[in-house]
Parts: sequence; C-alpha cells; structure tokens
Amino acid sequence: MMKKLCLLCLLVCTISLPAFAQFRVDVSGIGMNQLPIAVAVFRGEESSPQKISSIVQADLVRSGQFRGVDGLLAGLDEVARPDMSVWRQKGADSLVTGSVVRLADGRFDVRFRLWDVIKGQDLGGQSYAVTQADLRLSAHRIADFAYEKLTGEKGVFSTSISYVTKASQRYQLWVADADGENAQSAFASPEPIISPAWSPNGTQLAYVSFESRKPVIYTHDIVSGKRRLLANFKGSNSAPTWAPDGRSLAVTLSRDGGSQLFSLDATGGEPRRLSQSNSIDTEPAYSPDGKQIYFVSDRGGAPQIYKMSASGGSAERVTFGGNYNISPALSPDGRLMAYISRVNGAFKLHVMELSSGVVSAITDTLSDESPSFAPNSKLIVYATQFQGREALMTTTLDGKLKARLAGQNGDIREPAWGPFSK
Amino acid sequence: MRQLFWVIGAAVLMTGCGSAVKLDSVPVEDKSGVAVSQQAQDGESNAIAKSGVSAVDMGKSSPQVVAPAFPKVVYFEYDSIVIQPEFQTTIEAHARFIKQNKARKVALEGHTDERGGREYNLALGQKRAEAVKNALSLLGVPEAQLEAVSFGKEKPAVSGIDESAMSKNRRTEINYR
Repeated sequence: MMKKLCLLCLLVCTISLPAFAQFRVDVSGIGMNQLPIAVAVFRGEESSPQKISSIVQADLVRSGQFRGVDGLLAGLDEVARPDMSVWRQKGADSLVTGSVVRLADGRFDVRFRLWDVIKGQDLGGQSYAVTQADLRLSAHRIADFAYEKLTGEKGVFSTSISYVTKASQRYQLWVADADGENAQSAFASPEPIISPAWSPNGTQLAYVSFESRKPVIYTHDIVSGKRRLLANFKGSNSAPTWAPDGRSLAVTLSRDGGSQLFSLDATGGEPRRLSQSNSIDTEPAYSPDGKQIYFVSDRGGAPQIYKMSASGGSAERVTFGGNYNISPALSPDGRLMAYISRVNGAFKLHVMELSSGVVSAITDTLSDESPSFAPNSKLIVYATQFQGREALMTTTLDGKLKARLAGQNGDIREPAWGPFSK
Repeated sequence: MRQLFWVIGAAVLMTGCGSAVKLDSVPVEDKSGVAVSQQAQDGESNAIAKSGVSAVDMGKSSPQVVAPAFPKVVYFEYDSIVIQPEFQTTIEAHARFIKQNKARKVALEGHTDERGGREYNLALGQKRAEAVKNALSLLGVPEAQLEAVSFGKEKPAVSGIDESAMSKNRRTEINYR
C-alpha cells in the first residue's frame, strides 16, 4: 500500500500541473484492451487559442479505453490521406487528423477526420464553425465522435459536472466541462451548499443551501441563473433527486419529525410522503426507469440501502455487507449501483451489479463520498481525500484508471455528473 | 507609616472588589483558529466549550434580555442521540426561559462530527436537535416556539480529527432567533 502511494506521489510530481483546473490522469491504467489512438497535431493549431489535438487525446485517454500514441507529425489535416504505414509503425490502430482555421468573422472552422490505420479506411469526419469560447467544446465533440465510432458507446466528453468548493468560509456551486475546465460559478454563499442534483434535461440543478440558517432546497436554472425555493418546510429539507421524467423530485424532510422521504412537484406545492418509518430514511435515488426509489435507511439498526416502489410502500433491503452503506447512485443503463461502504473505519466507493448482487471495491482511498455516474454509465465521479486534501476523481468501473481534479484554493466536494445534452 | 496603611487598605479594597461578581467571566475556550473565524463570521453560533458553569436560574426576565447567559450547547456521545443527565439542568433552565418569553423563537441546531456521509449526518444531527426539542416540549415549552434543524457535519465547532475535537462537534445548539 505504501509503495503504491509513493509511486503515485512520484507520478503526480513528474506531471507538471499548470493549474488545478483539469482532471489529470494520475494512475496509468494497466493496458488491457485499451485501443491505441494517435491524434495528430491539427493544421493551424499552433496559432489557435486551444490545442485541439491535446484536448481530444486527453479526453480519450481519461475514458480509460484508449492509450495515447504520439501524434507529433507535421503536414496533416482532414483532407490529406495519411501514410498509414507510418502510423502502424508508431503502434496506432486509429488516427485523428484535422485543421483549425480562423474565419473572417472571428469564429473558427474546426475540421477533422477519423482513420482506421489497420484497414487504411476513412471512418468519417465533421466540421464545426465555433466561437473562440466554444473551441474546447468542438474538441470534446471530436473526442465523442471517435469514442462512439471505435467503442460503440456514446462519449461523455461534451457533458458537464457540477461540484461545490469551499475556500475561506465561502462556498460556491460550480458547473464545469467533464474535464474540469471552463468552470462557472452558479451560486456563492457564506453558508454551506450540499447535494447538487441535475434535472434530467440538464437545465436545472437542485441543491441544499444553509443560507437561511437551516437546510432548504432550491432549484436553479443554469442558463438564466434564476432559482426557486422548492422546499422550506419546518425543520430540515435535503437530499433532492429528480424523477427521470423531470416533473417531480424526491426529497428528505423532517416536517413530520425525523427524516422521511417525500415526493414534491418540480413547481413546488404540498409534498406527498413516500416512506413511513420511525427511523432515518434519506438519500433517495430513482432507478432509471422511474419505477423504484433506492434510499438509505437505518430501520434495521444501521444505515443500509433499500429500494421501494416510486409511489412508496414496503422496502426491500439491497446492501448486506458491513454495517454502514450510504449514498446510492444508479447507473443510467440500470445495471449498476455505486455507493459508499464503511470498511474498518474507512469510507470506500463500491459498485454492485444489481442483477447478481456482486460487489467490488474499486478505490485505494479512505474517505470516498458522493459517487455519481457519467451518462454513458462507463465512468464514476466521486469526492475523496488525496494527500490530505479534498479532490474529485473519475474512475473506470473496474477502478483501473483514475483521473483527479484538485480544488484550486481550498476544498472541493459533492460532484454530480450532468446528462447528455439534448 | 500612613502611606503603608493606605497601600494595605487599597490592596484590601481591591481584593474585595476582585472577589465580587464572577458571572461574566465564563471561559470561552478557543481550541483552534477555525472556531475563531466561525465566531466572527457567524455571530450567533456560539462555540462555547464545555465549561463547569452550572445553569443559574434567571427568574423572571424582562423582554429586553436578548438570550439567556447560561450554556447553550448539549453534547452527545458517538453515534448517540441520548441526552446525558449532566445536561438536564441546562435544558430545564432554557425551558423556563422560553416559557416566560412567549414571543421568542428558538432553533435547536443539531450537529455531528465529521465522520461519515453528509446527508446521513444531516439526518443524525436532526435526531439530536429533535431530542432536545422533545425534552423542552416535555417541560411544557410550546412547539410553536421551537424548530429543530440540522447542520449535519457542515459546521463543526472545532476542527480536528482527534476524539477531543470530535466530541465538541457532536452537539445540539440552542439558538434564540
């Protein structure tokens, strides 16, 4: 264990970090089934504000499913047919070439082509006309295209994540690109913010704010910045999660005493009680088909994860290992549940295959919190402590490849991965 | 000789003054920088360390009194919501005060130490707040004057992961709004 940590330290030290703004791959994945891909420097990239090829390469490597092959070779773009033998020699199975051209109106014309190096085939390409502000997004779209063509799965590189930072008694709720860049502050407060939750269409964030000296739930329109006070009932209001149809949220309220689950219309109004117990029921999470709610309850004496019908009623226990299981997150494809389990005093991310009940622990850290699946179900983002500081991590489902985002000037926590943009 | 008399006399006088009222000298223990800044920022949340001062019955108080000057924090054992007997006097004192000040609203704010998940700890803190609220209700305080809320692990009184620090974070604060 210590040796591994020392190796990690070495890796972190050798990777020079210009800013803490991007997820950096810290642990190189053991190369099982990783597709070797080269992303050639785009023609015109040197004089463009963003190094498109680097962003594409970083995206693909961070997914855990690709191994980067050196793409430094001049004179390629999306038109010229590359010399496949050169790339085969470099060990690449696939290749991305492209160009970035500044247009007269100040926008940029970004073009690319994806090549199958082994078969020597053109796998297609696209072009985008984007503002400077959207240059990174065009790179993410290129990475999505390559990812989908080569793995058959949708890429998540154009999605967003939300998280909370704390620095000098100031809390902020951020929305950033999935690689951690382009973070924009949605809300700032001198009091804590916890539990951000994305609406299914990605336009709103629900969260818990302590600005009124008690926990209350807001829903916040990301584009307009307008927010609505959704729940300020007597006592504490927390743990918001959206139903998959976006029309209601399940929340934890103590208005009837204790902490119980309620359903609340997204437009507000009277809550409908879902759970009926004398214990703590909290942290609701809908199954992707909207039919069931997974939640945490200590009705059996210690916090475990249960599931019940989305309309409430009797609950069935889901976790059986250990005596402290919390923070359920369901994968959008319905197959998996990520959660936090206390093992020998440490809080560790676990993944359960729901059909079989088989559980894997996939981290080496000891203070994991709040897991959230990427919308393609292939990655999990979570909060943890790394070298004594709070950090966000993304991990592949097998735990083999992780990337870390450190907070800039303070603590970073409560990540939530946004949906595919519609 | 006369000067000596005055000096002794003054000394005696001063000693006499010194042993008078001690009510104001409640020691506020600040174990860390974090607690200090929290006090500066968030004026009403008092991180009063567990002191040996026992509750003094204020008797009939005038409406001008802002809040009672006796301990406002009830501490809890690990993983427990049981109010230990040593806090019974404090709770009784608050019950009397609140009943005599029918216009006052009081928030019972429950907290946990930093171990464990945020939302589950929010629910645990809620239980601690409700334990104190129920104790006050049993002593006749009207529910309408009380609200039990939780801060979970978000607002520790003392930073640190040793048991001494954590024991000061497992608490319910009685805050007059």
